[in-house]
Amino acid sequence: MEAIEKQSSKISKLSGGNRLDSRLTLTYFSIAFVTLLIGGLLGLLQGLNRAGLLELPTNFNYYQVLTAHGILLVLVFSVLFVIAYFYSVLSHTMDGLFPVVRKMGWISLITMLVGVVLVITNVVMGNASVMYTFYPPMKASPWFYVGLFIVVAGIWIAAFGGFTQIAKWRKRHRGQHIPLLAFFAMGVFILLFFGSLGVTAEVLMLIPWAFGWTETINVMLSRTLFWSFGHTFVNIWYLTAVSLWYVVVPKVIGGRLFSDTLTRVVVILLVVSNIPGGFHHQIVDPGMSEGIKLTHALMSMVIGFPSLMTAFAMFFVFARVGKKKGAKGVFGWIKKMPWGDVRFLAPMIAMIFFIPGGAGGIAQNANQLNQVVHNSLWVVGHFHITVGVTAVLTFFGAMYWLIPYLSKRTLTPAMNKLGVIQTLIWTIGMVFMAGGMHTVGLLGAPRRTSYTTYGDSATAASWDPYLLLLAVGGVLLTIGLVLIVYIVFNLMFFAPKGTTEFPIAQGEDNASETPKWTERWSVWIIIMLFIVAFGYVFPLVDMIQNAPPGSPPFITW
Amino acid sequence: MNMHRYEKIWLFLAASMLVIAVVYSGVQTFALGQGPPSGVGMIDPEKVEETAPFDNPGTFQISENEYEVVMILRAFSFEPNVIEIPAGATVHFKMTSTDVMHGFQVIGTNLNAMIMPGHIQEAKQTFKKPGEYLVVCNEYCGVGHQLMSMKIIVK
Ligand SMILES: [Cu+2]
Repeated sequence: MEAIEKQSSKISKLSGGNRLDSRLTLTYFSIAFVTLLIGGLLGLLQGLNRAGLLELPTNFNYYQVLTAHGILLVLVFSVLFVIAYFYSVLSHTMDGLFPVVRKMGWISLITMLVGVVLVITNVVMGNASVMYTFYPPMKASPWFYVGLFIVVAGIWIAAFGGFTQIAKWRKRHRGQHIPLLAFFAMGVFILLFFGSLGVTAEVLMLIPWAFGWTETINVMLSRTLFWSFGHTFVNIWYLTAVSLWYVVVPKVIGGRLFSDTLTRVVVILLVVSNIPGGFHHQIVDPGMSEGIKLTHALMSMVIGFPSLMTAFAMFFVFARVGKKKGAKGVFGWIKKMPWGDVRFLAPMIAMIFFIPGGAGGIAQNANQLNQVVHNSLWVVGHFHITVGVTAVLTFFGAMYWLIPYLSKRTLTPAMNKLGVIQTLIWTIGMVFMAGGMHTVGLLGAPRRTSYTTYGDSATAASWDPYLLLLAVGGVLLTIGLVLIVYIVFNLMFFAPKGTTEFPIAQGEDNASETPKWTERWSVWIIIMLFIVAFGYVFPLVDMIQNAPPGSPPFITW
Repeated sequence: MNMHRYEKIWLFLAASMLVIAVVYSGVQTFALGQGPPSGVGMIDPEKVEETAPFDNPGTFQISENEYEVVMILRAFSFEPNVIEIPAGATVHFKMTSTDVMHGFQVIGTNLNAMIMPGHIQEAKQTFKKPGEYLVVCNEYCGVGHQLMSMKIIVK
């Protein structure tokens, strides 16, 4: 433990870390934020359409826009961000990336971009209006699926780069724990790789079917394989955000780590319990018995446990810092927090939104509650506060120190102020949009539907005022979007030269030694695979053996 | 691993909450018979119209206060697209799709189910309040998805 502290304190003096590594991660961040801008603007078009304020042309219709929005934000932005962030973490905490790892980072980026271009071109040309879930038997152009496969291959290269870095580092630092943030990186790369195996199997079945080499497809199997990945991705963003909450936020507010051991246990729990969590997307599906659904409800629920541990840990850290600064009472710490510091404000708001976000997640796991909201706009509202605030606002918060750290520049008070404004606009925009979506979803408004009156139905007309909130929120979010993109590129190229710290909180002076078993990744992976097998082997075998005749392809757009 | 006493209490409460949620779901599903729509029947998606009971979609009274509704979903319509049911009757829905995935959501009720080609979805609902219920497809199914709706008239 002491050795790690000494080492990381030495590195934190070298602002900017390795120049070659910074170039790699800054390139990732640039592309990520351009993607965010494009994807976000497409989101605005949808909000305006859904509120009945804008008619989209037939050659670039609502569903095309929605497909592009989903893919660009859910897949491209988040993946690029997560990889860039963890590569900079590995570089910073491990004294630079090994040259082979840096090379893998570049190859991964190029591979992913080739895949993305193939995917998006097909969407724009109208050959793949199938949403980011691409449920068969809706059939996109085969090249759309080929593109997806290439994207996943790129993700794997990055994940293996991460594994290589950690393995090489451990060989040179025998007996030492890997740095805590690198421990998070390990968890995320494991999920990126294992979590995407299911969807890869799905895509490999879809490609020959889309080319016409096989006639039919097993719809249920495809859908289940998709969700084995779909929800793991959610937890990858979440684990990334959590790493910043545990390790960076305490340092920013002048505190210490909650507990190195507990933090590592949370990472392990999130990794091993993760993949079967996606089944709750299928609670109202046919073809699966109620018993299997309940088993999975239980398995999904387990993810709630480490989240609640996190909630406790964070408030404990805040209270401890508050007390040190003279706060009194249970909530006295609130007044002692640096609310004007965007590096704190953004992740703090993100955490606050995780309270309703997490509760909504738990609610969806229960059969009856799931039935109330399944495929309604409520779900869209739910993931806009979980991903759009809890994860993304934490990511934004990291940009105010990570970009200057990488570009060897500084965050000026003026830029900090602009950051605070950006954070508030983003938050208010999400409150309007996600709030409207939650409400109108409970009233029954479906998701993924362009503006419609359902034949002048009075029920549908009663949704209209709430749908207007979507447009208002969308406009505010667009302003927030332009601001964050401006801030990121300003900090990258124009902010004053200087040194910025990579904030990493240290443990308490009397903290107990982290036990060695936390490092047994081979054991955790085996446990994870065992849990995945427990959740999936029986239903998948059943879906393959007791399959109805397969479905031929349909193009319905 | 050293844990703070408050943390132990918090984690105990957290775990209890999750266990209660699961147990409650279990009781609802198996003791109260309110499980989610989970029809396990299968059908050849290319032969729906010639396979019983889907060769004759419609509303059928099966006992004094019970009805069966056989329904086909296809892009972008329901067949039948209007059904009439007396208030208080229990309705058993049997549904399948001839093409892509669709959703079946009766607005103002908990009735919400995925309809997939190859699978026969089943759901049960008692409509107590008379009125006109809007039913929408809530799974994106193509360019006319926003037009896909029907009515349940409860008298
Ligand atoms: Cu439909």
